[in-house]
Amino acid sequence: MSGIVKFVQGNEACVEAALYAGMDFFAGYPITPSTEIAELMAVRLPQKGGVFIQMEDEIASICAIIGASLTGRKVMTATSGPGFSLMQEGLGYAVMAEIPCVVVNVQRGGPSTGLPTKVSQGDVNQARWGTHGDHAIIALTASSQQDVFSVTVDAFNFSETYRTPVILLFDEVLAHMRERLEVPEAGEVPLVDRLRTSVPEGVDYHPYLPREDGRLPMSDFGGVHRYNVTGLFHDMWGFPSEDPQVVHELLRHLVDKIENHANEIMRYKEYYVEDAETLLISYGSSARSALHAVVDRRQRGERIGLLELQTLWPFPAMLVREKCKRAQYVIVVEMNMGQVLQSVRMSLERPERVFLANRVDGTLITPLDIRNVLRLIQGKGV
Amino acid sequence: MAMKDYVRERFFPHIWCPGCGHGIVLNGLLRSIEKMGLNKNDIVMVSGIGCSSRIAGYVDFHTLHALHGRALAFAIGVKMSRPELTLLVPMGDGDALAIGGNHFIHACRRNIDMTAIVMNNRVYGMTGGQYSPLSGFGTLATTAPYSTIDSEFDVVQMAAAAGASFVARTTSYHVQQMASVLEEAILHKGFSVVEVMSPCPTYFGRKNKEGSAVDMMERLKNKTTPIGSKAKQENPSLIERGVFVKKENPEYCTEYQKVIERAMKG
Repeated sequence: MSGIVKFVQGNEACVEAALYAGMDFFAGYPITPSTEIAELMAVRLPQKGGVFIQMEDEIASICAIIGASLTGRKVMTATSGPGFSLMQEGLGYAVMAEIPCVVVNVQRGGPSTGLPTKVSQGDVNQARWGTHGDHAIIALTASSQQDVFSVTVDAFNFSETYRTPVILLFDEVLAHMRERLEVPEAGEVPLVDRLRTSVPEGVDYHPYLPREDGRLPMSDFGGVHRYNVTGLFHDMWGFPSEDPQVVHELLRHLVDKIENHANEIMRYKEYYVEDAETLLISYGSSARSALHAVVDRRQRGERIGLLELQTLWPFPAMLVREKCKRAQYVIVVEMNMGQVLQSVRMSLERPERVFLANRVDGTLITPLDIRNVLRLIQGKGV
Repeated sequence: MAMKDYVRERFFPHIWCPGCGHGIVLNGLLRSIEKMGLNKNDIVMVSGIGCSSRIAGYVDFHTLHALHGRALAFAIGVKMSRPELTLLVPMGDGDALAIGGNHFIHACRRNIDMTAIVMNNRVYGMTGGQYSPLSGFGTLATTAPYSTIDSEFDVVQMAAAAGASFVARTTSYHVQQMASVLEEAILHKGFSVVEVMSPCPTYFGRKNKEGSAVDMMERLKNKTTPIGSKAKQENPSLIERGVFVKKENPEYCTEYQKVIERAMKG
């Protein structure tokens, strides 16, 4: 890479990446610890002719970006726990109506108002199942500002490719910590643009008829194709339908279009995994402490490694199974009561070898916390 | 363009009950659009959820059948992105003013150029006759079997207080006035609110013993009067119809364009 080097917070890295990806419409509502994203958007977007709007709440924010996406814009909103709860209604709409959009949740302690200024990773399962009804979703995370940048660009690319909302699950530590970010030059990172229909004016356009490759070309609101968009089950024209076959096929499509591409959506990093007898699995800012612990134990000759997940949903079960093959012990390091732990256990044979190293008091989990769990498992005492 | 060119004929007959006023709103709206000669590709209709919101399915525009109460929030996204488009936002009374009340007042405050049509039938029809924020004190509903103790909003006063720059009221009986008021509202540069009193004989009428659909129509005729009429002075209980507010205030998209210019200057 040969771009501009900056010293930024995670929230800034996210903004840089969104602008790099071509996002030009942001609607949001102030909430700690995501507010810097809205503040920066308010500065940067009008400078390039884009739209920033502060809405009356998070419900309105997600609805506004959905409306804007339908006119052909790349759109985003950012929030934290309480706001993310309010957005679940709109998120489900975007899933059902297949509207590309990116929703950032900078996680803080919950439930409820919880710990507004403190770190947590408690929304992993809410990202998956927060909105009602069966569906599939994409959720990505990162542990460094450089990775915040790359998964944010990925989020926009996935949202366009699969016509789906994509959730970015960051956390308070990452959002406010400053470190080096190298912004790539334009063109260096591939971007997926809106796939628009080639159906000419006057010819019947089907907004919800997938092509052979599963993708659905869109037509901008205000363009030559007038169609209906609804949160109801709908036919290939977008009109409501209760026909059992239509309903069944649409639900399967919504799930399959993402689950069948889990490999393309999978982003992860690994450190010393090959010969690891003890494997840590972590993500987000927890993964920084996990890596620290791993490097430390390696220096003492322990066969220990780290699998850092960046795609949390669809959960990379095959990858986890593969990487854990040799491991005697698997330790999930996270700042919640075991949300990824649950998925890891479900992915593995002998789930009894999977342990949790967590911290849920609003402070960042430390390498020492992880070491203490390791010693307990290894029968060495704390 | 003929009226029928503005509708999606294959979805007729519509779902509204016999005697419902909503079809007349559709009629009035299409007449105003026909008169203005608007291009169908330039119109986006965003509706919420409820009987009223089904109107979006019948018109051959870009149509967004959104979430209950959230139509204006979706519409703001569309309008801010493409200010040159004409935004029509029909909503029900519960839709616009209960679950969507917050979005409603803030859309008024922003004075963003679109037309909100509140199809006020004083009841939640789609779910079978529960009381709405416009049912009014002392009315009967399935969720108010002993009569409501909730007072109603005055849509006109609220919209005006919240900053809408065009506010009008009409009824499904006064279809000529409806078409002309809607035309004026759509042409107005700013946030326009048009309350259309629209009878629901199936639920509100039956529960409150207002008689047949025809009786309810007559009631709209007899219980309303033009703004400032002599009849109103003599009988203050009459509900006024007409244009209450029409003023030039800074419009949101236009002002945002100025923000862009300021930002680009640096």
